[in-house]
Amino acid sequence: MTTRTARQRQNDDYIQIDNLHFRYRDRTVFRGIDMRIPRGGITAIMGPSGSGKTSLLRLIAGQLKPGAGTVRVGGTDIHRLSRSALFRERRKMGFLFQSGALFTDLSVYENVAFPLRAHTRLPDTMIRDLVLMKLEAVGLRGARHLMPATLSGGMARRVALARAIVLDPELILYDEPFAGQDPISTGMLAALIKRLNDTLNLTSIIISHDVPETASIARHAYVLADGQVAGQGPIQEILESRAPEVRQFVKGLPDGPVPFHYPAPDYRDDLDLGETC
Amino acid sequence: MLNAIALLGRYGLNRLATLGRAGVLFVAALWGRPTLRPGLSLLVRQLFNAGVLSLVIIVMSGLFVGMVLALQGYTVLVRFGAVEALGQAVSLSLVRELGPVVAALLFAGRAGSAMTAEIGLMKATEQLVAMDMIGVDAVRRVVRPRLLAGIITMPLLAQIFNAVAIGGAVLVGVKWLGVDSNAFWVNMRESLSFGEDILNGIIKSLVFGVIVSWIAVFQGYDSEPTSRGIGEATTRTVVYSSLAVLGMDFLLTAMMFGVD
Amino acid sequence: MSRTVEIVVGLFLIAGFAAFAFLAIQVSGLNPTATQGDTYTLVARFNNVAGLNQGARVTVAGVQVGRVAAIRLDPLSVRAEVEMHINDRIDYLTDDSIAAIQTSGILGEKYIAISIGGSPDILGNGDRIRETQSALVLEELVGKFLSNMVNK
Repeated sequence: MTTRTARQRQNDDYIQIDNLHFRYRDRTVFRGIDMRIPRGGITAIMGPSGSGKTSLLRLIAGQLKPGAGTVRVGGTDIHRLSRSALFRERRKMGFLFQSGALFTDLSVYENVAFPLRAHTRLPDTMIRDLVLMKLEAVGLRGARHLMPATLSGGMARRVALARAIVLDPELILYDEPFAGQDPISTGMLAALIKRLNDTLNLTSIIISHDVPETASIARHAYVLADGQVAGQGPIQEILESRAPEVRQFVKGLPDGPVPFHYPAPDYRDDLDLGETC
Repeated sequence: MLNAIALLGRYGLNRLATLGRAGVLFVAALWGRPTLRPGLSLLVRQLFNAGVLSLVIIVMSGLFVGMVLALQGYTVLVRFGAVEALGQAVSLSLVRELGPVVAALLFAGRAGSAMTAEIGLMKATEQLVAMDMIGVDAVRRVVRPRLLAGIITMPLLAQIFNAVAIGGAVLVGVKWLGVDSNAFWVNMRESLSFGEDILNGIIKSLVFGVIVSWIAVFQGYDSEPTSRGIGEATTRTVVYSSLAVLGMDFLLTAMMFGVD
Repeated sequence: MSRTVEIVVGLFLIAGFAAFAFLAIQVSGLNPTATQGDTYTLVARFNNVAGLNQGARVTVAGVQVGRVAAIRLDPLSVRAEVEMHINDRIDYLTDDSIAAIQTSGILGEKYIAISIGGSPDILGNGDRIRETQSALVLEELVGKFLSNMVNK
């Protein structure tokens, strides 16, 4: 225990991202990003659609390789690991996909049990106890026999959350947890994320473009725009930021650094209103 | 002009890269020690999907193909007064050609397209990425059992097709058209050899099984993860596997029964 | 659910193998006991074996007694030498037997028909049947028939 607190003091940032560059096909997604994600809190990464938020999560999880720069999770450089070491490292991470990504051919119970069966040799009774505990935590212990196709979107996400925490990870990555949810299930998910983070002593990263819900539970925030970090800091500072990119995003202004108009030739020329009249 | 050549070159390189990815997937799926614990039950599940669910179409088509062959064969042979050779004519064309080929085409349409759609859907709903994230090799867990099931079921389905088709031929030829039952069977037995005809037929359907299920899993795995992408991938599976089966059939026939 | 799946898959596998066995035995006439049975070898030379294949039947009075094991060209006589494996139980082929290549039906397979003579001596392993009748070549017959017509 003493060694752990010593390490914590020495390095209080769970994730360090330095000078990250990333290209997807012909598009430059990131041009030099630096980030520090503190241990034990909820950090929001926000930005408009297409700002590369999901790519960032996949880079942290080691599913994508950066063009340049490093990503350190708990001190280890994710992109220098061998495949098997990376798989071992990922057992410390939970990932909540935007669609839930439940395995459609398995029941709710088997979905949650899947990581346990894949990585442990626990007896069935113990797996059962663990799965029911996690399902209870998301309030779906009664739904264990249902198939994913019969679940509502919010329920599917809660099951996916139970699956993400079943191996007791240190880090959970949430990809757009609130997208496409009605207000009730949005509120439910937000409360759940907060409670899990506090009780399980996790580090959480939420990717979202849903400003008010995210702001209600996150402690820190990064705003991405145009391949760079446009703003960072405690959530309250971000909400009141004067930086134009951040302001436009947070307040939802129709025009600003992200233009309302797609690049086009001059309007008058396009309509042939020149010399002809 | 130069642009067109560049375009053609890029198209060729893309095709080549696709072929390379298909090869990598094939090796990755079969590479490594088979695991007994989840492996066997996953395989059984896929044997059910690929084999049992294809059974109805295979049996029905086999019956009709056999009946048609008997009818056609009879009308030709009766002119030469050689209706006794009906068994021979039917069984030779079935065992050597029609059985493996038609069964493979039906398999591509029934099981192959289903495999593609299933894997494509798993990709589109992020299930494959989720497996990867959980630390489970999606290729081994999802692709391998399907590939193996296809390779195992294809020869069995072809044999079932042949047996049912010969039954259909007996029904039409012997029961309805009155060919002597004994002559029918004896002629058949005389003209077919186990080593040359039956085994070669099995080798053919084994090769077709590899081709069709390989194409099916690859198209699913490589599909664009949208509903349109899955639809296109499914179509490609049926088209490519049909072409590959027919082309390969010519090569195999030339190799096996070629004029030497 | 999973249990029924397993059972149905088992049935499917059995059906597949049963179909295979049916084809192997019933259709191709693969008979392990018949091919394994003890045989002895006879040789016969023919002027022409056109259409005769390895594995063709050898019959006595229409009953199969063996198979053609090999066909080769004898370099001295430049005739076709046919090696036959005859079932051991057929131990009464006399040395004046005649081997003839015949056709089952007009379009059927060629086979060898042996007619037994009256000699007291019996053929043994490796012996040769001296009297032979070659294959009927349809084209030759037609050719002869036509030339006869022209000569008339």
